[in-house]
Parts: sequence; C-alpha cells; structure tokens
Amino acid sequence: MIQKDPLWVSIPRAAGLGVWALISLFPLYWILLTSFKPANQIAEYPVRYWPREFSFSNYTSLFQKSEFGAYLLNSLVVSASAAFVATTIALLSAYVLSRFHFRSKGAVMMAFLVTQMIPAFIALGPLYQMFTNLGLVDKRFGLVLVYIAMSIPFASIMLRGFFDNVPDSLEEAAMVDGASRFGALWRVIVPVMTPGIIATFIFNFVNSWNELFLAVTLINTDDRKTIPTALNGFISNFNIEWGPMSAAAVLTILPTMVLFAFASRWIVAGLTQGATKG
Amino acid sequence: MSASTDEVAERGRTHEAPPPRRRQFTKRTSLTILAYLTPAFIFVIIFTYYPLVVGGQMAFRKWSLYDLTSTPFIGLENFTTLIANPLFSKVMLNSLVWVVASLVVQFLIGFMLALGLRKKFRFRGVYQAMIFYPWAVSGFLIGILFRWMFNSEFGVFNDMLMRTGVSAKPIPWLANPDLALVAVIVANVWYGVAFFAIMILAALQSVPHELHEAAAIDGAGRWRTLTRVTIPTIRTTLVLTVLLRVIWIFNFPDIIYGMTGGGPGNQTQIATTWMIQFTQQGDYGLASALGFIVMGVLVVFTGVYLTLLTRERKP
Repeated sequence: MIQKDPLWVSIPRAAGLGVWALISLFPLYWILLTSFKPANQIAEYPVRYWPREFSFSNYTSLFQKSEFGAYLLNSLVVSASAAFVATTIALLSAYVLSRFHFRSKGAVMMAFLVTQMIPAFIALGPLYQMFTNLGLVDKRFGLVLVYIAMSIPFASIMLRGFFDNVPDSLEEAAMVDGASRFGALWRVIVPVMTPGIIATFIFNFVNSWNELFLAVTLINTDDRKTIPTALNGFISNFNIEWGPMSAAAVLTILPTMVLFAFASRWIVAGLTQGATKG
Repeated sequence: MSASTDEVAERGRTHEAPPPRRRQFTKRTSLTILAYLTPAFIFVIIFTYYPLVVGGQMAFRKWSLYDLTSTPFIGLENFTTLIANPLFSKVMLNSLVWVVASLVVQFLIGFMLALGLRKKFRFRGVYQAMIFYPWAVSGFLIGILFRWMFNSEFGVFNDMLMRTGVSAKPIPWLANPDLALVAVIVANVWYGVAFFAIMILAALQSVPHELHEAAAIDGAGRWRTLTRVTIPTIRTTLVLTVLLRVIWIFNFPDIIYGMTGGGPGNQTQIATTWMIQFTQQGDYGLASALGFIVMGVLVVFTGVYLTLLTRERKP
C-alpha cells in the first residue's frame, strides 16, 4: 500500500496487537513462574507475580516421585519414529498427488480428508481388540504404528502443497539425464523441499507428542507411558499437586514450542496451502 | 553440467506442450502411482479405516469392553437409550453454546489480529511466533493450565479480579454450574484465535493491491474498502475456515477433558466428552451411537450452511 497510516489507525493497532501478545503469553509465563516457586509458596494468598525465591524443587520432586525421565524418553522415541516414518510415506503419496492426474485422485484426497473429521473415539474399542489379537497392547511399537497412520493423511495434504511449488521441469530434467523417477525425487526434489519436509516432520512430531486418548487406551505399564498419559494419571488423583504438575507442563511444552517457533513460517505456509487446496 | 541440464530442461518443457494431457498414461505410470500410494494406504486402512468401520457397526450392538464374548446386534437401541437419557438435550445444548460462543469470539479477535498484521512491521515474524505457540501445546494441557489459573483459592484470575476491585471475594469458577462453561470457552478462545488470525491473514495477503488502490482512487474510506472490497474478495476463504472450525470445535473434547472433565454436574459436558465417558465405562456401543449422531449433526449443518451461504451470492 502506498499511503502511510494516520495515527488514529496505527496507535489502536499497535495497542491491540500488544494486548493480545500479553494475553497470549500470560499462561506460559504463569506456568513457568509456578514451576519455579518453592513448594510452600505455590498455594499462597495473595498470589505473587514474581517469586520471593526461585527453586528447582518442583523439578527434582517430579523426577523423584514419578518416572518422568522415562515418560520424556518414551514420548521422544515414539513421536520421532512415528513422525519420521509418516513423513517418509507421505512424501511418496504427496508426490503422486501433486504430479499425476488420475481418475481416482479426488477419491484419494477425500479418503485422507475424511479421517480428519471423524471422532476418533469410535475407533478406540476395535483398535484395542485388534491390538490384543496382535499382541501389541501395552507396546510402544504399537503406539508408533497408530501414530503413523494418524499422521499420514494430513502430512500428505501438507506436503502436496509444497510439491506443487516445485516446478515439474526439475525432475523431468533429471529423468531425461537418466535418473529413475525415484532417484529424481530423492536426489533432486527432496533437497529443494527441505524446509517443507522439516515443517511436516515437526507438525507430525508435535501431534504425536500431544496425543492423549489413543495412548491412554493402549498403554498400561507405568514406565511405558508417554507424557500426556502420565499427566492424565496425575489429574485423576483428586488432589493435583500443582508444583510438580507445573514443572511437568513446562517440560512438555518447551520442546514443542521451540520446534514450532523454529519452523512456524513453513508450517503456516503448509497449513494455509493445504486448506485452500483441500 | 548446468548448461546441459538447462538444455534438457528446455527439451523437457517442449515435451509437455498440450497441458491437460501432459503425460502418456501407460501401464507403467499407473503402476508407479499405485506403488507410491500403497504404503500410505496400508497404514490408513489397517489402523484408521478398519477400526472406524468396526467401531461404526458397534453403534448397533451391545458392546462392552468387559464382556467381549457376547456382542449381540440390538438395532437402534443404543440410539433410543441415548435420546431417552435426560442428559441428551443438555449435552446437545452445551455443545451448541460451546461451538457458537468459541467460534464467534475466536473469529472476531482473529480477524482483527489479521488486519493488524497485514502490514509488514519490524519483528512481525517474532510476533507471529509469539501468538502462534498455543498451537504447539495439546488441548489437554491447555485445559490443565487454565484449570490452575481459574483455581478458586490460589488462581491468578481471581487474584486479578480482586486486586482490581471487580469482585470482592474469590469466584469458584470451575465449581459453579453457571460459570464453568464460560471458563472452558475462555480457554478455547485463547487457544483458537491464532488459527483464525493465520488463515485470515493468508487470505488478506492474497487480495491484489490493485483492488485497494482502485478503491482508494474512487474515494472509498477504510471501512468501506474493508466491507465492500476486502471481505467480499476473501469471502470463500472465510466461509470455509468457519466451516472447518465448526467441525473441529464440535469434535474437540481435549480442553474440557483436562479442565473440568465435563463437570460440575455435567454442566460442561459436550457430545465428545460424553463419548469419552462412555468409552471409559467400556460401553463402546453407546459411544459409537453418539459418534453417529455427532456426524449426522455435522453433515446436516454443513449442507444447510453451504446452501444458505452459496445461494445468497447469486443475483
């Protein structure tokens, strides 16, 4: 736009953006603050907006009283493996959806989109039954399989948007040079699409990291639980211990927040493209 | 190397001269398509569609997790049991309030944020990351965070209200039947605003500058430009974004589950948290039947919504 905004536009705008930034950041500040308050100052009235002293006691008691180290490791391994496999598989399906025109393409897209709209709870019982038969109940490997399936549809839609931005001529050139289609995809297109692939991986990782209901249904043994399953156990106790709880919340949020901040630009691009094409 | 690839690229381009039928559709191509789609299909069919289909037919069976030996077909009994339940109408009403209130406020704030972010300014990227981060947090955990902030004894919200003199004594947000639904909606608004802001911003940025310039030349003020030029141009995106969000919020129990678990006294029970309750009781037949009702409501809504909003357009 050419014209410069007058003050009656720019001042309210800055104020509005500022207010929302405060509202948006406040819960994060609050949980961080709570997690560093010494145990005896958490339930204190009037509430303090800056602690009298900082303490790591909530973190130490979290790791002493629960298997939080194991939960963290489980979440990390399960989410990373599921995200890796799902992104790789979705890379193949997205490539086909972007590059070829075939009769059943609409049906394939529809089959992917529908999975995003059905309440997943319908599937919990049959999955449990199926996993019992396969001996996969209470196995982290089983959880990885379900998370891969959960991630593939949206990952395909998202990656398709990124493929559409890479000109066909790139891999055609490589193929005329004698590369196979797969070789062209792997050596020519994948390097160009790295940001989109990383964004998709992170999106999948975060979704698996945060998943609760499937994990609660399929995992029972304490040291095999992922973080959300463990937190669910913490809140089922009638009295929530807010000190260790806030420490756990911080440790759950921080890794995904850092990943999201790192890739937010590409994730936004992927989401908006995916949605407008859908 | 680069010279030869350029040359080849040039040749490649001449190959694809007639755009609609770009490639010869050989048997080999179909095999390639199939091979590339197969891994995705295997996972989605086995772990998503198969359990969904089996789960779907459980709606017409007596199906309890604690007695898997006998799952007789009972027709529509699960549906009639649900509808006869005195909670049914309350749950549906709660779901409606939950969706409409969350959506309207998220939309309005999200739209204003998108307008504010339209023009480039320093640190806009940082700002976007700052308001976008709730998305990296699970709804369940957000429920827990807000449960702590709405805590009646030591919660920060009560403290703020009392320090500013808005309220003389602590308010039992999550224990009060009238306020609990307000509290979970506040949490949901906080969570969902960023989505609207991002989607609407992307739409706004797709509006050609010339349109605004033309409007300015014609002497249209900001408000007129917004209501007569900008909003009509991005109308389709707005309509679809709202539709996606309705479906999504209706199906989104996580915040309520973490915050109140549907309580107190079912005051925040929506259709999907009720489904969770049935699955926790092991009664998958009822849960599945409720799932069908949810889908039915959404399908009807989508149909009516799209018909109304697309018909209005035509002269």
